[in-house]
Amino acid sequence: MTQGFLSKNPSVLWFLAILGLFTVVVTVLAEATGIGLLSTSFIKTLGKTLCLCLIAVAMDVVWGYCGILSLGHFAFFGIGGYAIGMWLMYARTEIIVTESLAAAAIPPTPSEIENAIGTQIFGVVGSSDFPALWAFSDSLFLQLLMVVLVPGLLALVFGWLAFRSRVTGVYLSILTQAMTLALSLYLFQNDSGLRGNNGLSGLQNLPGLEDTPQSVVSIGFFWASALALAMGYVLFAWVVSGKMGSVIRGIRDNESRVRFLGYHVESYKLFVFTLTAIVSGIAGALYYPQAGIINPAEIAPIASIYLAVWVAIGGRGRLYGAVIGAAFVSLLSSWFTGGGAPSIPLGFYTINWTDWWLVLLGLSFVLVTLFAPKGIGGLFDYITINRAPQRVGDFGPDKGALRREEGQQEPEERRP
Amino acid sequence: MTSKFSLTSLAAAALVAGAGAAAAQDCPIKVGVLHSLSGTMAISETTLKDTMEMLVAQQNEAGGVLGCDLEAVVVDPASDWPLFAEKARELLTVHEVDVIFGNWTSVSRKSVLPVIEELNGLLFYPVQYEGEESSKNVFYTGAAPNQQAIPATDYFLEELGVEKFALLGTDYVYPRTTNNILESYLKDNGIAEEDIFVNYTPFGHSDWATIVADVVALGADGKQVGVISTINGDANIGFYKELAAAGVSADDIPVVAFSVGEEELSGLDTSNLEGHLAAWNYFMSADTPENAEFIEAWHAFIGNEDRVTNDPMEAHYIGFNMWVNAVEQAGTAEVDAVRDAMYGQTFPNLTGGTAEMLVNHHLSKPVLIGEIRADGQFDIISQTEPVPGDAWTDFLPESAVLTSDWKELGCGMYNTETETCVQLTSNY
Amino acid sequence: MLRALLFALALCICLPSARAQQSGGETLQSVLQRHAEEVADPGRRSVGTVIEDLVASGLPGVSEFLERWQNKGVFVRESDGLFFYAEPQGNGYALTDISTLEPAGTASDMTEIRPNGGVRRVIGAALVQFQLSDPDRARRVAALDAIERSPDADQIDPLTQSIENEPDPAIKRRKERLAGNLAARFADTTEERVAAIERLSSELDVQTRSVLNLVLASTARAAPSLPEDANIARVLTPGTDITEAEAYARLVAADLAPPAASPDQIKALLTSNIVDGRVGGVPVGQLNTDDGRARAYAALIDDVDTDVPALVTNETRAAALSNHVFFEEYAEPDPAITDAARAALDEVEARVARNQMLDISLDALSLASIYFLAAIGLAVTFGVMGVINMAHGEFIMMGAYTGYVVQQIIPDYTASLLVALPLAFAVTFAAGVAMERLVIRHLYHRPLETLLATFGISIALQQLAKNIFGTQARPLTSPGWLDGAWVINDVVQIANIRIAIFVLALLFLGLILFILNKTRLGLEVRAVTQNPGMAASMGINPGRINMLTFGMGSGIAGIAGVAIGLYAKVTSEMGADYIVQSFMTVVVGGVGNVWGTLAGATLIGGLQKGIEWFNPSNTLAAQTYMILFIILFIQFRPKGIVALKGRAAGD
Repeated sequence: MTQGFLSKNPSVLWFLAILGLFTVVVTVLAEATGIGLLSTSFIKTLGKTLCLCLIAVAMDVVWGYCGILSLGHFAFFGIGGYAIGMWLMYARTEIIVTESLAAAAIPPTPSEIENAIGTQIFGVVGSSDFPALWAFSDSLFLQLLMVVLVPGLLALVFGWLAFRSRVTGVYLSILTQAMTLALSLYLFQNDSGLRGNNGLSGLQNLPGLEDTPQSVVSIGFFWASALALAMGYVLFAWVVSGKMGSVIRGIRDNESRVRFLGYHVESYKLFVFTLTAIVSGIAGALYYPQAGIINPAEIAPIASIYLAVWVAIGGRGRLYGAVIGAAFVSLLSSWFTGGGAPSIPLGFYTINWTDWWLVLLGLSFVLVTLFAPKGIGGLFDYITINRAPQRVGDFGPDKGALRREEGQQEPEERRP
Repeated sequence: MTSKFSLTSLAAAALVAGAGAAAAQDCPIKVGVLHSLSGTMAISETTLKDTMEMLVAQQNEAGGVLGCDLEAVVVDPASDWPLFAEKARELLTVHEVDVIFGNWTSVSRKSVLPVIEELNGLLFYPVQYEGEESSKNVFYTGAAPNQQAIPATDYFLEELGVEKFALLGTDYVYPRTTNNILESYLKDNGIAEEDIFVNYTPFGHSDWATIVADVVALGADGKQVGVISTINGDANIGFYKELAAAGVSADDIPVVAFSVGEEELSGLDTSNLEGHLAAWNYFMSADTPENAEFIEAWHAFIGNEDRVTNDPMEAHYIGFNMWVNAVEQAGTAEVDAVRDAMYGQTFPNLTGGTAEMLVNHHLSKPVLIGEIRADGQFDIISQTEPVPGDAWTDFLPESAVLTSDWKELGCGMYNTETETCVQLTSNY
Repeated sequence: MLRALLFALALCICLPSARAQQSGGETLQSVLQRHAEEVADPGRRSVGTVIEDLVASGLPGVSEFLERWQNKGVFVRESDGLFFYAEPQGNGYALTDISTLEPAGTASDMTEIRPNGGVRRVIGAALVQFQLSDPDRARRVAALDAIERSPDADQIDPLTQSIENEPDPAIKRRKERLAGNLAARFADTTEERVAAIERLSSELDVQTRSVLNLVLASTARAAPSLPEDANIARVLTPGTDITEAEAYARLVAADLAPPAASPDQIKALLTSNIVDGRVGGVPVGQLNTDDGRARAYAALIDDVDTDVPALVTNETRAAALSNHVFFEEYAEPDPAITDAARAALDEVEARVARNQMLDISLDALSLASIYFLAAIGLAVTFGVMGVINMAHGEFIMMGAYTGYVVQQIIPDYTASLLVALPLAFAVTFAAGVAMERLVIRHLYHRPLETLLATFGISIALQQLAKNIFGTQARPLTSPGWLDGAWVINDVVQIANIRIAIFVLALLFLGLILFILNKTRLGLEVRAVTQNPGMAASMGINPGRINMLTFGMGSGIAGIAGVAIGLYAKVTSEMGADYIVQSFMTVVVGGVGNVWGTLAGATLIGGLQKGIEWFNPSNTLAAQTYMILFIILFIQFRPKGIVALKGRAAGD
């Protein structure tokens, strides 16, 4: 099976090889493990980018392969980050508090310890009580479970409700966007128990590893992110290959026909939606300890739309396209906004890229959508012989994908 | 300017990393400026970036520091909180700056704190904030709650005879903590719990009709109502417009705001807001020769006579000059030496009197209360003696026992009851 | 300069003395000089003595002085501490002598005296007696305002006396009402007060409620048994009306029970009494539970003979509570008055509650009309054409900025608004047509990609606006006749600008309905919507129709932008605030139907206000719950409130 899978999908091998090589090169150049040509902050950026690539791959599967334009996957990403962040904050604070209380003449009572931790964590938002949400935060294992369970369950319930009532297309997109918006508005409230607008911070300091320098921590997270990306890539490559992959693509191209062929479309969609949500959660759990802080602004609807932008620019319907898109756009974006790009003086006006980058991104996005729907990944078609089965569907995932010209009518879907 | 810095940064990035802390007397002495130049906070923070560039230029004209020129290293964290941490790390490891002036929002400060503490940097934070924090590596030149919120509340209680309070705020950490402190303070002053109305609205809230009606209805039991507003940014525009539309005059229901200064009022028609109040440590209308000189220098630097000055600018002005004096005194720009030299530094305020840096890393500054005038400026109607900033408020039971003293005790979170240091790093 | 100064000085020395003979040696200036410090820097609590002295002096200029003092018109001259009225003139001030009201030269070393709001209120109250019968209408209104702000028993007589000769009927009514309010609180006899209170029961304004509430002011007390002579408001049961901890705290405050030792006190005492690793016989190691600490503490207080607080167990607390009664006692001793006030207040409050419902409904209607206005353009493009336009919010923004720019050029607010509305329509119409021709036309068969492409345009436009106008909010000021509010009564009122938006929304509802149902264009639009192929074969140019429809939807967004900017703010991100809301309005209402959009906006606006009504202190929560509700709503009515039926429903 594996043999067949890999030989049928040589791109997976290529991808793994390139990722492996990249990891080795970065390790050699890093501060902690190598010659120190790359600064710690850059290693962190690279590690974060790998996590973004992972969620982009997940997005590609759910959108590029299954045709569900989810504008809510960053919500799952954020939930993963919050889940791990709660443990990081709790454990770090617990160490500090127990040390400080142990110094007192009288041993502390358990409720005193809990109160002190609560004051430390929630003092900044003017509270000291532990919300019920934090019930498991003292256990790494349980919180890791939350990283997987909470996004999975949320996706399962949401997806079940949505797919069951046959909400499709743009309606579904708007609904997922509403979900993200509701979640971020909820988290923005201090009453939500997750420190509101401040979010969880200091996540880069791992409890118990206070003496380990950040250069080592950063390379560790970089490896973990690379490993997660590799595993996620293989998993999704497997999911979209074979018979199940065909069904999933079939749903994208014409849901009704697949349904009439006897497949239970809702189950397939639900499976893809939930699985990608879980992987997004894992990506988030790896991302935020590197970023150091998570707050509700991270899961605002705009973030999920950017995710779609990455995948579209990278090239939908091919996993490596998503990786390229995420890495290319997010790195380019931080180069432009970080003042890395030189300004262009036009005489009467100077183009300052920190100001104009978003205009450029927006317009190039329109151009890509209009003229290069295959995205950057499409370039590979010019240099390789396309061995993938000839599919109609490069143009995308919705009804009418078969229409090559405007005005040419396809039989419309009908609700049973 | 920017392109020059980015080129040096590229060059530096290519070479760097291995070299440890550079010897401080290396010329030029680098001053990091960590203010958002794009994104939502750009409007407020760009002004501070300009202020820093002006102060650095002035200092260089005056001969620099320790015989070295100062060089401002400006980076743009783009109002993105995680990016603040990344940029702070870049400033400290790649550019190897000796000091950073920066941040506006509390969340950005909390994002930067772990990095600054890990790499032993030095940050001057210029904005009024909620307190409950003391970092070895941060000097807080803005107001702590007892330097803004508490005196303003006293003014409400004493001078205006307010008996019922509406605490309106944007839902984030500064209003939450400040209102928490104020609630506790008001209860200590005999205001009953049911006479305190608290409401939080999202950032940029625009639909104020119901809330204003609620506030007006508070007066139904015959008590004088006052509003303490920690509403932030754009939302103020809708709020004041609705107040004016509802015909609420400052004589009926006075509003004191902690986040509304000259800059914010410049986007508003203030003729309906005359008499409402704001509390700061600085107003542009302060009538002193220092202030006149500062405003003139600012207008000359920015090339626009209409630009206003505000409280965080004064905070940077004081912080920067204290830092320069501390470096001169220490004979080096090295962080630990400068920090020791900072304690007890004094520098004249722009509003008269002298600010002093305390061992808890806060300033002692006078508190001013101003009434909004029709031209968008403030009439200063009350000015206190210098109030020492308090890192840990006395009005919350958990914080009342804490004190911060980095000079003698070497601890920013010292429990005076158990006489132990709770933690050396700060809360983030 | 010096000469002017000397002259001024001479003036104030000579002239007042000339006047002085008339009033027994006292001039206004000399009275003021006696209180120089207090006059220059008045405080709310201490200013009373100055005013009393001034009024008692009976000098003619007192009311004039008080008024000018209140309005920041009085200055003090640094050099000699004398007070003047002054007007800025050149670099200095033109002075007027306070006692004689004659010009007193100029000076530059003048400091403006700025009495704060509290002092101004006290001064206002003192001015009442001078102003109640003043010929100037504004002064009489000011006097009534002052009475409202600080009612006082002394004001009854002058007020009632001034009613008779009041020429202005509106002010007369107000005076009568105020006199009634004062009588309810301060009249001499019980009968008078009860009668006044009963008259109040037909009102609902804030002042009336405050009068009644003040009559009903009560204090919480605790006692071993209910006192006979007290006028008791209500008896409280610990555990139900107040928590047991609160009740016990009241006992402690009334010295009826010993204070309980707090955990901190226990800990402190234990810490200071550690002997050989044991406290009161309990090993330190066992003090890590509350139980262990209580044991140690109990053992300790027997040995330590200081006045440390006792350990209050649950039993002792319960016993103390059961031995006492807790009640609220009226400050007003006469039960007849409090009963009448209670009855009147109940009646008033019931009326207020009804009116508040009305007010909330008005607010909800206003919010709905704003959502409707923001969404109606979208209802045309998304609902009728099936095109997702994520840049719709940016068209709103574009309209608002158009209004701002027009206002910069045409300073008259009314005229600029009249120009801005059609101009905003034109600008966004053009932008919409351009977008349709350049981008959307190529994507009609790829709706998801339309979404993404228009999103790209949206971020580009937003950033463009930031680059041009900056990130700061820009003012868009409404004309004077839109300021203020339509006040139905003290509870129900709505800002004029909101009414205007409501009217605008109705106007556009009518206009859109008219265009879609009664015009050739509307017919063609509907035809293209239902079947473009068939429409094309009937001679309709679908491309042209799509372009016009899209332009129209965008143009309406531009007008909505002007309206929204007037009541809120103009920023580059204002579009993003409304886009999700607008989509939900359209989706909830039902796609392809203008009535559906109206229903959707009403539902969403009403819902948001309804949730806010239940939870007034958290507006964010209201938005969250509203979105959750919408998500659920769509599960059960995926086609929206007004679903198209039959062939028109299409897909």
